[in-house]
Formats: sequence, C-alpha cells, structure tokens
Amino acid sequence: MKRLNPLLIGLSAIMLGVAPWIINAAPYESTMGLVQKIFYFHFPSAILFLVAALICGVASAIFLFGKKASADGWAIAAAELGLVFGSLTLVTGPLWARKAWGVWWVWDPRLTSSLLLWMIFSAYLLLRKYGGPGSDKLGAGMALFGMANVPFIYVSVNVWRTLHPQTSVVPTLPTDMGIPLWFCFAAFTMLFVALLNLRARLEHQRARVEALYLAEDEA
Amino acid sequence: MRFYRLFLIVLALAAAAPQATLTAMQPPAQSEFVPVEDIPPGEQIPAFTMVGAAYGFVWVVLLGYVWSIARRLQKVESEITVLESRSK
Repeated sequence: MKRLNPLLIGLSAIMLGVAPWIINAAPYESTMGLVQKIFYFHFPSAILFLVAALICGVASAIFLFGKKASADGWAIAAAELGLVFGSLTLVTGPLWARKAWGVWWVWDPRLTSSLLLWMIFSAYLLLRKYGGPGSDKLGAGMALFGMANVPFIYVSVNVWRTLHPQTSVVPTLPTDMGIPLWFCFAAFTMLFVALLNLRARLEHQRARVEALYLAEDEA
Repeated sequence: MRFYRLFLIVLALAAAAPQATLTAMQPPAQSEFVPVEDIPPGEQIPAFTMVGAAYGFVWVVLLGYVWSIARRLQKVESEITVLESRSK
C-alpha cells in the first residue's frame, strides 16, 4: 500500500496534466459553449464529494456501533477529503453558473443541499479539532447526518424544478464528451484513493504517537 | 370567523404569489448535452477566464493538499522515530 500511493498520485498528476488537451479536443456544448468544459473537473469533484460523505458515514457507523477505533481515522480522513472535494465543487460550479445562468448562485435544492453537506464537514472537522473529550462520538453522529444528505443531493435535480443539469446528462453523453469525462474521473478517483489512504495513515500514526506518550508517562 | 378565514386565504395567496412567479420564470432544467463544432464568437473571452479560473483553482487546491498531507505525515513519522528510540 505504501508504494501504491505515490504511484496513484504520480499517475493521476500525469493524467490531470494531459487532461486539458483531451478536454480541448471535445466538442462544445450547443447552448453553453466553452464554459461547459468546467464540467469535466466539476463532475468528478462533485461525485467524490458525495463518496467522501458515504465513506465518512459508514466509517463513523462502524466506529459508533462496531466499537472499532481504527474506523474513526478513516472517518476523519474522508471528512477532510469531503471538505477539499466539496470546495472544488462549490467553486467550479459558480464559475460555470456565472456564464451559463448569468448568476453565481441560486438557492435551489441541489446547490443548497451541497452547501449544507460542505458545512456539515466543516463543523465535523472543527468539532474533532477543538471539541475535546467525547467529540469523536459526537462527530460520528454528525457524520451519519451528512451521509443521510447524500441521496437527497443526488435526486434533488430530478425531483424539484432547478437550473442545474439533471442526472440524465451523464448517461446520455455523446462518446466524444464521455471520453474526456471518464478520463478525468479516473484521474480524480486515483488521487482520491491515494489521498484517503495517506490521510487515514496520518490519523493512525497520530494515535500511535499518543499511545507512545502514554506509555512513556506510565514508565 | 368568516373574516379571519378570508384574511388567512388572502395572506396565503399573497405569500405564494412571488414564489409562483419565480417558478414560472425559471426555464426547465437541461436533460441532455448536445455537441456542436464551433463556439459562438461573443462568448469566447469571458468563458475562457471562467474555465481557466476553475482549472487553476482545482490544480492549486489539489497540489496544496498533497503537499500538506506529505508535510504532516513526515512530521508525525519523525516524532514516532524519536519516541521509539527514546523508549529503547
């Protein structure tokens, strides 16, 4: 695993370096033109934002109900990645919207619920950093609420009337738009997996440091 | 009693009216992307700024985050080495 992470990071860096040329070769969208090309980075960020919320929720449930301490490290790692990929989604989205819709932001269900999830991750990480004793269980409960938000975010564009493109866009994508999208998605996913591994390792090593200090105090 | 009922109905309609107008003004959500070969000329420069800003932001954040994790991990692992050598 230790060797796999640099390999994944290196491969995704090369792919993200090549991506602008592949994206440039893709056709323009008929109504949005050039600005639609933000989609090739926005979509992978948004999906991984939701994946991070699912991982954080599942790991927190294992920590809370299965009493597995190591799961908490995975939950913190996923929450931090959720915040990073959520920030990418919430910044690239308005840059796209300003050109495509004429406004930076609309308070529609998809955008509002995504912002809410980002705020849950922020609150979770602040709680874990400054919450003191007991914040691990409180944070785990909060992560379950974050996970519950995921299906709502995903279906919101199909259930409510919104300016945001629907979920049917990706399955109906023409091949010359689909190739750059899945290429970028693969690069983002590899980077996500490597960063999740590294961030979880950091948390587990921190737990080891605490255990070593405790052992030193007892000795 | 009837007056209050009428008042409540008028109040509810008044509250719903702006929302109904907004919903009616909103164009329907896009259900598919249609590819074309050429970009409309008037759109090119501002859109390029947005695309450049979006891609630049993604690159900076991801590189910064990789660097931050590597730095934190290095710090913790050197601390472990010190603690382990002290306990021996």
